[in-house]
Amino acid sequence: MPIIIDHLNYIYESGTAMETAALKDICLTIPDGQFVGVIGHTGSGKSTLIQHLNGLICPSSGTVYYNGEDIFDEDYDKKTLRSKVGLVFQYPEHQLFEATVFKDVCFGPSNLGLTNKETELRAYEALKLAGVKDDHFYQSPFDLSGGEKRRVAIAGVLAMKPEVLILDEPTAGLDPQGRKEILSLIKKLQVQGGMTILLVSHSMDDVAEYVDRIIVMNAGTVFLDGTPKEVFRQEAGLQEAGLQVPQVTQIMHRLKKEGFDVDTEVVTLAGALENLCNVLR
Amino acid sequence: MGIIKAEKVVFEYIRRDEEGNVESIKRAVDGVDLDIQKGQFIAILGHNGSGKSTLAKQINAILYPSEGTVLVDGMDTAEAEYLWDIRKEAGMVFQNPDNQIIGQIVEEDVGFGPENIGVPTEEIWQRVEESLKAVGMYELRKKSPNRLSGGQKQRISIAGVLAMHPKCIVLDEPTAMLDPNGRKEVIRAVRALNEVENITVLLITHYMEEVIHADRVIVMEQGKVRMQGTPKEIFSQVKTLQSLRLDVPQVTLLAHELQKKGIPLPDGILSVEELVEEIKKTSHRK
Repeated sequence: MPIIIDHLNYIYESGTAMETAALKDICLTIPDGQFVGVIGHTGSGKSTLIQHLNGLICPSSGTVYYNGEDIFDEDYDKKTLRSKVGLVFQYPEHQLFEATVFKDVCFGPSNLGLTNKETELRAYEALKLAGVKDDHFYQSPFDLSGGEKRRVAIAGVLAMKPEVLILDEPTAGLDPQGRKEILSLIKKLQVQGGMTILLVSHSMDDVAEYVDRIIVMNAGTVFLDGTPKEVFRQEAGLQEAGLQVPQVTQIMHRLKKEGFDVDTEVVTLAGALENLCNVLR
Repeated sequence: MGIIKAEKVVFEYIRRDEEGNVESIKRAVDGVDLDIQKGQFIAILGHNGSGKSTLAKQINAILYPSEGTVLVDGMDTAEAEYLWDIRKEAGMVFQNPDNQIIGQIVEEDVGFGPENIGVPTEEIWQRVEESLKAVGMYELRKKSPNRLSGGQKQRISIAGVLAMHPKCIVLDEPTAMLDPNGRKEVIRAVRALNEVENITVLLITHYMEEVIHADRVIVMEQGKVRMQGTPKEIFSQVKTLQSLRLDVPQVTLLAHELQKKGIPLPDGILSVEELVEEIKKTSHRK
């Protein structure tokens, strides 16, 4: 069942002099199993939008339907919702707190009222899925490197067995190799685990490489929505929204201007390589 | 002699149990030699945990070397009497803008440093004005910092360091938490300080695009300096960088892959403009 965002509005500090509309009449449908990139500059409303999806903030008007049910209905069970729609915050490793990695990952499922055995089984599966090494299981999470800590934090959410995974800038502060590892892990969760993924990111290069669909937010509205090719075609529009197309796409646009017969819709390195080889040979 | 000179610097994190017995020793910096001349722009790369930040913190005496010496403008960081002079000469900017701003309004925050070292009031105002102008934040001097964007906050942090009139500024991943626009603003401000004010810059980053203007790039791994050279020299070695968990800018990687497919391009192309020019050249040759 898809997630339906229906005429969602959110106003900060409503009724005061500081009143600002963070989200304006957002309508979106996110089908099951899709990998969606949400991009936009700071203050464009990305984070406000995703916090609505698991009911952390209530809209000023409009609503969100999950599995056909209105999640802001008074009788709706938000606790179950939050185990189905997992949210990984920015710098999630700041939320690690337990003495060992394994205990930390157990914390979520143990709050769902499962048996000990079931909780531990889930934690084990989640750690395996997130690619945490076996010999780290009983170490303190604080002794791990930045990238490893982040995997543990993501495992903590995976142990809840979510159907939808939302990640807010999961690669911030990681080295290039760490960024690649986390993004391929997320891709694997979509392809093998069948999860719906929403990835909030600032990196156009990363988004172009991995997602099925891009939603560009600007000033609280959905500015662009489409496949990476469709979105990155709007180079001028994106610049207006304070964003850039991937570096390879920039190269293709520049070469086109210089009179080369190249494909300006290329958004990935592999695509650019293939096209340029054909044109330049 | 260089403004920053490190000789065989070793730093060990020592963990002790409750009785004070040594539990484990981790060598974060392992025999590093540095010689940085005044006015240089140096970039330090390395994966998470490679020892970059530990090295940087020894330059303004937040940490002291376990072995070896660090000299800042000829002063040994291990000598307590130089501490305040060293902190004045080598300022530091950290990753998270929210952790380093204390003032209620922008100009107050920038004036905090000079006020603490007893600069006369008249001169404080002068320094605040100069510093804010240098980072392009003078128009926002009466604003509250918590209403500004991340890039703007980082530029205030830099202005705060500038107001101390340092000879050298160390930036530890100053753009890691910013969006692409904020990153550009900060890097532009840092380059201006280096080029116009001739301040020595040490920039630690994970973004390869930010180091292409540096005079020299230092690549660290396991506490040691593994590579050193101009951006062109460093980014020509795509394979070695990848084995150190690093990357090259997307345009450099594309040029490298095209080269492998037999298209005659030079090594170490760093910008979109450069690649477009080189491709034009190769097609003229036909």
